[in-house]
Parts: sequence; C-alpha cells; structure tokens
Amino acid sequence: MKLPSPSSAEAVVAITDLSRRFGAKTVLNDVSLYVPRGSVFGLVGENGAGKTTLIKHILGLLQAETGTVRVFNLDPVANPVAVLGNVGYLSEQPDLPGWMRVEELLRYAQAFYPNWDKVYAEKLRAQFGLDPAQRLSTLSKGQTAKAGLLVAQAHRPNLLLLDEPSSGLDPIVRHDILQAVVRTVADEGRTAFFSSHLLEEIERVSDQIAMLHHGRIVFCGSLDEIKARHRRFTLHFETAQVKPPVIAGVLSLSGEGKEWTVMCNGTRTELPSIAAGMGARIIDDRVPSLNEIFVAHAGTFVS
Amino acid sequence: MQIRIVSDDGVPIYIQIVNQVKHLVASGRLAPGDEMPSIRVLAAQLTVNPNTIVRAYLELEQAGIVTKRNGTGTYVSEVRAPMLQREKIKILASRADALLTEARQLDVDLVEVIKLLRERNAMMLEEEIGK
Repeated sequence: MKLPSPSSAEAVVAITDLSRRFGAKTVLNDVSLYVPRGSVFGLVGENGAGKTTLIKHILGLLQAETGTVRVFNLDPVANPVAVLGNVGYLSEQPDLPGWMRVEELLRYAQAFYPNWDKVYAEKLRAQFGLDPAQRLSTLSKGQTAKAGLLVAQAHRPNLLLLDEPSSGLDPIVRHDILQAVVRTVADEGRTAFFSSHLLEEIERVSDQIAMLHHGRIVFCGSLDEIKARHRRFTLHFETAQVKPPVIAGVLSLSGEGKEWTVMCNGTRTELPSIAAGMGARIIDDRVPSLNEIFVAHAGTFVS
Repeated sequence: MQIRIVSDDGVPIYIQIVNQVKHLVASGRLAPGDEMPSIRVLAAQLTVNPNTIVRAYLELEQAGIVTKRNGTGTYVSEVRAPMLQREKIKILASRADALLTEARQLDVDLVEVIKLLRERNAMMLEEEIGK
C-alpha cells in the first residue's frame, strides 16, 4: 500500500488532499491531516466549518471524492468491519434505540464488538449512575451522552472518536467525557480524536490540534508549537487613535483609543521598532491562549 | 495534591503544574519524601493530557524538586535544593508588593511600614514565648 507521507506510518488517521462538495458548496477543500498514535487530537472550527463531514470520512460513512482517507492504514469505506471494530464513536446526538433498556443496550452493543469488556462496561455503567432497567427514551441529555460514551469506550477501541461530545451538556458530564479522553490515552497509549468548539477543553487535553475554517485547514500540528508560533502584543499610544493603526502582516487587531491588541503569527522581532515608529510602546507581550489564536484566525477570513 | 489549572491566560499547563508544585513544596504542604501522584492519576484528576504531566515532572526532576525512584514512583526530594529559598522569596515578594501598594494608597511611607513589620514581629515572638 502506498503511504501518503513518511509520517503516516505511525499515523492512526492519515488524510491527504481530501476535498468534498455538496452540490455547489465546497465543504472540505484540500484537507490533509495526520493523527499520531497515542495522541489526543483536537479539531476546532466554527459551526459549518466541515468538522462533522471530515469525521464522516474517517468513519467511512462518506467516500472521498478526491484525496485519500486511511484509518489504521486501511480505507474505511472498503474495510468497514476492520475499521469500525476498532473505533469508539460518540456523536453530538447519540442515536440510541429509544425502546431499549440500558442493560439491553449493553448486550446489543456487545454483539458488535469482539473486544467488548463486560467488566469494564459494568464499571462504567455504575460510575455513570445509569439504571440498567431504564428505557433509553427516558434518559436525560446528559445520561444519553453517558450511555453513548459507555458504548464508545467499553470495547477499548484503538481510536476514540468524539464529534462535539460536550455540546449542550452540563459541566459534570463534560468532565466525564474529558476524563474518558485522558484515560484512553493514559492507558495503553490508545488514540483520541475529538472535535469541539469549547477551546478551553481542547487546550487542556490535546497535544495535537487542527483548525478547520470554511473547509480548509488553517493550522495543524503540535499544540505547543502552534502556541509558540503566535504572540499577542498590547500597544499603548501616547494619544488616542481614532482609526485602527495599520501594521502589515498581523493576524488581527482590536482595541480603541490609546490601547490596541495585536495578534501576530511568528515572534515578530521587528514589532517593537514598528511600534516605536508609530509612537507606541509595547506594554504587554505574551503567548496567547488557543481561544485568542482561534478568534484571530477566524476573523481574518470573515469578510 | 491541590493543583488548579486555568486555560485562558496563555501560561502553558505544564508550567502551571511546575509552579504550583514548587509552591506546595516551598510552603511545606508537600514534604520531602512524599510520593507524587502517578502520571495517569494526575492526568485524570486534572483532566489534562498525560504528556503534559510527563513534561511537568521532567522539569521538576531537572530542578531537583522531585526524584524518580526506579519502578516505585516519583517523590519529593529529600535534599532541599538551593532554589527553594528563591521560591520562598518569590511567594513573599508578591505579598510584599500587595502590602506596599496598600501602604502607598493609604499614604503611609516605607519607614513606617518597616517599623510596623518590626513591631508585629516582636509581638508575634512574645506570644510564642508566652505559650
């Protein structure tokens, strides 16, 4: 099998030049990303950026129009059993058969996964406080997410794949989900991939991140490297600026009056002299949070 | 071990852990010989990436704050590294700054503040002797 890149040998998911159109709309545009084994990979992007479409390609629910998708070095469309048997998947709204009871769901899910761990499943059920006799249709949103997470985890998948798992859930359920992500990686070096628009969560647990914006990858790589590539400067002008100061090559600029905040890609060693030339002092210079980086990048593409 | 992670101010999480462990050691809440939580346990407790904990522990080990014993785990170092004195001073410095700022706002000069510190210290010593 031809590998799309040398680094993909250790990649659990390798996507190369993937594009996808729905009618006239290009949802994914030349997307390439690699998820290293044993990493927590966080995918960020606004609603409609293409995150779910990307995840559907990883699951083999959509066939690549152009480009390639490999999961465990296999084409997920051609090898659904081998791929899905090793993936634990939780969607934003888990689609569980409402007429089943919790205990029936466990037996049902067990039939699909040869590696289903009954003891672990029972431990998770007790930990999540799910009543075995309760019908799935009567579970709250948080309990439904926990039931979905249980099914996604109990066969100890090599890849835990979560699509917006925290969406609309209370902090306690969100914490359970994040713990599942951390445990997946801490135990036996398995891999977790999750999409979220809660950047604090992504920043906490991920070591690799990618940002998708209007179907394109804006950045992809190690969280530390991406953070180190960005700087956030606060400029103080002697007099109030009526119009935003013009500085070439910055990602974003915000503020009013005497104080303006500038986000830069790269360390921008020349910025102090540029600032001095405009009659401004740099009063703060720091590494931005992921949230600030995200907003700066999202802003540069919105017209 | 009480550690609080904030993710909105740009300080890398491993540095937050390193700094807080240093403070816990400097303030005596972690004593020499105490066992540190395992990587897995601390990662799950703080819900942060296990590699982040690995990195924090490595940093602490290089700074001489903790020692890894083969096979058993990570422990707070028995020998007090000289930098712990610096850590203590760092903790006090932030308190001193707060005191000085307040003194300035109340228009009390430095000589008065130093005099007050001496008086309070003398009172504290007397109380201890009294006990």
